[in-house]
Amino acid sequence: MTAPTADRLGPPARGTGSRRDDKAAPTWLWIAGVVVVMPALVPVVALVARVGGASNAAWDTLASARTAQLLARSIFFALVVTTAATTLGVAAAWVTTRTDVRYSRLWSTLLALPLVIPSYVLALAFISFAGPRGLFADTIGIRLPSISGFWGAAAVLTLATYPYVYLVVRATIVRIDPSLEEAARGLGSTAAEAFRRITLPQLRPSIAASSLLVALYTLSDFGAVSLMRVDVFTRVIYAQYQGRLDRTPAAVLSLVLMLIAVTILWGESRSRGRSVYFAAQAPRPPARLELTPRQRTAAYGFLSTTVGLGVVLPVLVLVAWLARGLLTGGVIDMRWGAVVGSLSGSVAAGVLAMIAAVPVAVLAVRHEGRVSRALRATVYAIFSLPHIAVALAVVFFASRWLGGLYQSFVLLAFVYATLFLAQASGATEAALTQINPNLEEAARGLGDNRLQVFRRVTLPLILRGLMAGGALVFLTTMKELPATLLLRPTGFDTLAVRVWSTANELFYARAAAPALLLLIVSAVPMYYLIIRPRQRT
Amino acid sequence: MTRRLTALITIVSALAASCGGTDGDASGSITVYSGRSEELVAPLIDQFEQTSGISVEVRYAESAELAATILEEGANSPADVFFAQDPASLGAVALGGYFAELDGALLDEVDPGFSDDAGRWVGISGRARVVVYDSGKIDPAMLPAAEDGFIDPAWAGRLAVAPTNGSFLAFVAAKILIDGEAATLEWLEGIKANNAPTYPSNSVIVAAVDDGEVDAGLVNHYYLFRRQNEVGETIAANHFMTGGGAGSLVMPAGAGILEGSDNPDAAATFIEFLLGEEAQRFFADQTFEYPLASGVAANDALPPLADLAPPQIRLSDLAGALDRATDLVAAAGLL
Repeated sequence: MTAPTADRLGPPARGTGSRRDDKAAPTWLWIAGVVVVMPALVPVVALVARVGGASNAAWDTLASARTAQLLARSIFFALVVTTAATTLGVAAAWVTTRTDVRYSRLWSTLLALPLVIPSYVLALAFISFAGPRGLFADTIGIRLPSISGFWGAAAVLTLATYPYVYLVVRATIVRIDPSLEEAARGLGSTAAEAFRRITLPQLRPSIAASSLLVALYTLSDFGAVSLMRVDVFTRVIYAQYQGRLDRTPAAVLSLVLMLIAVTILWGESRSRGRSVYFAAQAPRPPARLELTPRQRTAAYGFLSTTVGLGVVLPVLVLVAWLARGLLTGGVIDMRWGAVVGSLSGSVAAGVLAMIAAVPVAVLAVRHEGRVSRALRATVYAIFSLPHIAVALAVVFFASRWLGGLYQSFVLLAFVYATLFLAQASGATEAALTQINPNLEEAARGLGDNRLQVFRRVTLPLILRGLMAGGALVFLTTMKELPATLLLRPTGFDTLAVRVWSTANELFYARAAAPALLLLIVSAVPMYYLIIRPRQRT
Repeated sequence: MTRRLTALITIVSALAASCGGTDGDASGSITVYSGRSEELVAPLIDQFEQTSGISVEVRYAESAELAATILEEGANSPADVFFAQDPASLGAVALGGYFAELDGALLDEVDPGFSDDAGRWVGISGRARVVVYDSGKIDPAMLPAAEDGFIDPAWAGRLAVAPTNGSFLAFVAAKILIDGEAATLEWLEGIKANNAPTYPSNSVIVAAVDDGEVDAGLVNHYYLFRRQNEVGETIAANHFMTGGGAGSLVMPAGAGILEGSDNPDAAATFIEFLLGEEAQRFFADQTFEYPLASGVAANDALPPLADLAPPQIRLSDLAGALDRATDLVAAAGLL
């Protein structure tokens, strides 16, 4: 490898990159950016407008000491989960791509799967496994300590969210030039040192982007925290929707959540500062680290614990529910329409989000400025909002002004894509920061126009990141519920709706089949889109 | 990769085309917003479609969220009927002015105590508040006859509540109407002082009691029977409070016709069907609720409705007290 590349690595350099090289973006790119972010403005504007007319009850709720306490706990909770999920996700990505563990493609697929399990199902599974009369106590005869509470919920959410980090980091790690690591090893560094000093700095943008998603998801989760009885901020918002005719308190509180998200985002972009991260592109797959027998045991222990808790345990519990239902004379009521609904909605959302992510990410990374920062902030803000708040704003808007599009598949797919755009654009940004703009400029210099450069140079290089982003959107849409319920076309069914509709009425046995199907039908496209193509890049 | 993307897009458009089919309002079709779950009422709706020839499109979601949806849609709501789990959601839509007045003949089929005073919605089936308890740990004779008994320190950490749940908030609203705000706040503070474990919903509390995680909980009566249907015998059992206070509240699930309905006749036929013998029997035997019309008796596993002594409050007032109830629950530190 040549010296200029090496210059860019190591501790992030400051100020020298052309990331901030503000060649004005072409007008059409700005237009594209604004157009794809526009739908996200609908709920934001609706909430702000409602706060304008907020009642005293709204401000009283906001000003109460209890709210402040819950908010503080929420933020601490998000911090704990983000730290744990980031560590877990990076480790999982590294072990499956950089060591010679066997069946790495199988592990890779399994490791992504907890993302499709709705967090309340994951929590229910843990509770019913470890409870005093749960599966474990029933079969083993030993009572486990209660897993509910702050740390239990943190564990469940860590398992539910580490795949964000894992998928995004994995997309980056396979594109890192292995020769630098190998050089470091050749100069006497241990594997751990080489990872810390060479690989980790190059992963920083991916880690930052994905841990941001973890933090925002954790802040907005209601299912797991309420089941495991942790009092956090979303609970107050939920109660406002359940227990009030007056909708303004919920709007005010949702906006608070949004402001926190924007603050975190601001902190994240500050922490990245003006560093540049681009690295050369991997011309060949890296040599995989040969593990010593002891390391191998540790690696398998780590992988099987993670997959065991995040996938196998919930699957076991679901199978137990299913069996219990069948034994007491239940029948499995399979609705293939729900499978079709889940897949079509999620694939549409993934594709739309990938398309929309390109202008947002290109503007954010290559043309950083006030406008592109505002676009990016909007995208993340909507990701942090409770879905019910977004769905009701869309109901208000679409029932008045969109005519036949209201309660249509098209609108639903756009709402999904808008809700989760941050996931696709985050992954794409991370991929884009990895590309040296000199490459693009060279292509320009050789006479290509911007679109040609994008198609021939940039797109192929960010495609993995983009696909990872699309996969994140696909997986989270598979489990989306509040917006689906209110905005779906009449008769449109999804697996997540099936799970909710049955589990909510305590028909756990009937909930098990759609929940298992949710896992199976998600695993297949995951494998083909994300895991398998590596062999060909 | 590009080819793969193109293939994806093609698949999506094909799938989208196959499920986007919404045929406009043919005469003889209605749209129902159902806060009652599909698991419970779908068979009933199929039956209605067959017997009446009216086709029904149903949107299932939580009652409170559908009420909010109707309020957001305003006059543009595609719904003809709102079929909700609880009087508070129905009251929200009634207060918003989006319900038409029901025909007197429909209202006459139900005890007026279970319907809206102004006739904007009618009760369909009754759901009683109960204490679900672990019969392995608790002697039913030791259970208080009214909710006030649970603020005794003897119950510290043992009675689960679901403060964010619509039914719990409706119960608190009822307590405000019966005992006044001060007494209600005192009770809530007592529950808080007892460190009552809080859960997100009734169903989770019933499962937690049956799993031995907590001794007792304030819930609606029918979840226990669902669980028995699924797991066979349960250790959890129901205790009906008989004090005539909010703890003995019987809340109807009910239905109303939207002011903007373009097919109010078919909507009325639907509600008439829900009040008919077939549907009422279904509620008695399949959902274990109290039938409110057509003289159908409750399931044998339940004490008769007449023995429950529910409090004498106007259910129409419940929605009005709901915001206050949420305030008090928050003030007591339970939210």
